[in-house]
Amino acid sequence: MLKYILKRIGYSILVLLGVSLIMYFLVRLMPVDYIQSKIDQMNQGGATVQLDTQFAMYDTYGLDYPDKLIQAKIDDLTEKGKLSEIPEWEAMMSGESGWAKVEKIFKGYFTWLGNLLRLDLGISFKYGVPVADKIAQHMGTSFMIALIATIFEFLIAIPLGITAATHQYSLRDYVVTILVMVGISLPSFFFGNVLKNWLSLQLGWFPPQGLVDATMSYTGVALLVDYVKHLFIPILTVVILSIGARMRMTRTNMLEVMNSDYIRTARAKGLKESVVINKHAFRNTLIPLVTSMAGLLPSLFSGAIITEQVFDLPGIGNVALVAMQIGDIPFIMGYNMFLAVLSVVGVLFADVMYAVVDPRVKLE
Amino acid sequence: MDELELKEQNTQEVVDTETPLDKNVRLMSPNQMLARRFFRSKLSILGLFMVVGLFLFCFLGPVFYTQWGETELDKSGKTEYATAVTTYTVNGVEYTLHQTTETHLIDNFLAAPSAEHPLGTDDQGYDVLARLMYGGRVSLLVSFMTVILMTIFGVIMGGLAGYFGGWIDNVIMRVCDVLMCLPGVPILLILSSAMDGWVSLDLVEEEMRIYILMFFLTVISWTGTARLVRGQILSLREQEFMVAAEAMGYSTGRKIFKHLIPNVMPQLIVQMSLSLGSMILYEATLSYLNMGIKAPYTAWGSMINIITTNQDILQNYPTVWVPAGLCIVIAVLGFNFVGDGLRDALDPKGRR
Repeated sequence: MLKYILKRIGYSILVLLGVSLIMYFLVRLMPVDYIQSKIDQMNQGGATVQLDTQFAMYDTYGLDYPDKLIQAKIDDLTEKGKLSEIPEWEAMMSGESGWAKVEKIFKGYFTWLGNLLRLDLGISFKYGVPVADKIAQHMGTSFMIALIATIFEFLIAIPLGITAATHQYSLRDYVVTILVMVGISLPSFFFGNVLKNWLSLQLGWFPPQGLVDATMSYTGVALLVDYVKHLFIPILTVVILSIGARMRMTRTNMLEVMNSDYIRTARAKGLKESVVINKHAFRNTLIPLVTSMAGLLPSLFSGAIITEQVFDLPGIGNVALVAMQIGDIPFIMGYNMFLAVLSVVGVLFADVMYAVVDPRVKLE
Repeated sequence: MDELELKEQNTQEVVDTETPLDKNVRLMSPNQMLARRFFRSKLSILGLFMVVGLFLFCFLGPVFYTQWGETELDKSGKTEYATAVTTYTVNGVEYTLHQTTETHLIDNFLAAPSAEHPLGTDDQGYDVLARLMYGGRVSLLVSFMTVILMTIFGVIMGGLAGYFGGWIDNVIMRVCDVLMCLPGVPILLILSSAMDGWVSLDLVEEEMRIYILMFFLTVISWTGTARLVRGQILSLREQEFMVAAEAMGYSTGRKIFKHLIPNVMPQLIVQMSLSLGSMILYEATLSYLNMGIKAPYTAWGSMINIITTNQDILQNYPTVWVPAGLCIVIAVLGFNFVGDGLRDALDPKGRR
């Protein structure tokens, strides 16, 4: 088992390397030049940013100089008559396309990878703090929402799935199936906004956005109540949207178990139907449920981009969305690698858990 | 019902023993049986109605609803009145000043539903119903193209991996592992902002961006199909008919595309109809984040985008954004019902 896990971890690292390479290239394709927009912003204030300062800024963020800036420098040198320095700068021009650019991106990738190995994800352009700190700071909110939502999801979905399976093709089964299908098909941004509009803007029962009421300074129980009020609709949205898949999974597993020989034997022994279902059948449907729960565990930290955006919650997904829109390279890389690690760990957890709960399965 | 039919058949059989057996028993091809099983489920029929209805609405709708075009603004104008009431107290006497401002606007925006605009107009002055039809064309076309491309790509890759095995299988499956780890929405967000740059450099036309974006989505999402096809082919490869095909000396291409792929077709069709639903959701989410098609063109998701910045519309003008959301729900629900019905119909274990 240990050997298997170690082998899987080694393999996961290779997968993650592949993921990071693809991701880095994609990120570097982004035209949103954070530094350029920052310089433009400073220029708008009336001041003109000195060329040397601009170069220094690119240095600080570890990015290569854009051709436009180098051209400006060459023009400047020509004006000042320092012709001897020009070839040095001309050599730095990457040209609009070609291998030079790819080479530069590769170089940047290895610098990033080297820093990653030293557990340094870099400093976020937008937030000005180390990426890892920023992720850790906002992970808690996302995790709490996801955890509570998942608990409710399991509590509601499992009983529904079981009744639907034990009463297959009855009215109850149809109603549950249809509701579940509707849940799966709802787009989160639409449903979230409908709930927000209805429950908070029209009825005024809950605050429409944020995590706490900024105008009040609650403490203790009052603060907790405030959290609950703010998180009610977001959690409701997540639960309704995710309940369907879980319920369907329970139903399918339960149906499979109900058709197996040992259930027939249990019934033939004359056991009560409730004992057959609760003791013989349900326990066996737990196998896939437990493994999927293990697989789900890491993803609880990843944050729900859309839901957090709709309700303006300070979760990791919302923070990442802002970073992605403005081209904050270190944060985007850090966040996406974080997601990739979570999904790799999730699959590993699920596989290991599968062997733990089901003695018939042996890992090789 | 079934029992009754069966009984009738049985009694019939007993009554006339003279006529040959196949006159009494209805012979059905596998496809007929499939169709019968599919149409027995009311949900599948409902799903089919929803999908067909939406297609008719989007592609034939504009033929009949010609008052307004996709990018046609209602310039009929609108007059807005604003009244301000101020109270002054001068020497103990209270005066109330009523000030009414009349504003004439060119565009008739945010009009209430009327005979002219059955669903009103949006914040720009476009007719919501017309936009719903044209936007639906984009959403449905994009999702269909994505799913078809994704399936073709997945079948080729999965077919190669499953048929040849060895190092080809290894390479393809490792690529699959990496692609499956890529987080979908963030990747598309990054690509979309890359696209912004290409649009500004005139490398890409504005209307094409959503198609290119969805093309990238196929590039990262063919893995599910490939795994399905590979798994099926691995088990089919060992069966007798493949040994026979081998003995006949058929070419590799013929073996893959004439003998193996048709056997995977049922599962593929189910997968396609279920992924259609998720692709519509993907496209809508991107459009909602304003990463999809941009003004003056629209898609269902883009029509909802306005509420992210304008809370007034979210709260007071549901006719602007709710219809688009409902269309998305109907489309996804329809495809999911059809896919589910197909899966149940194709499942040999299903006894109903």
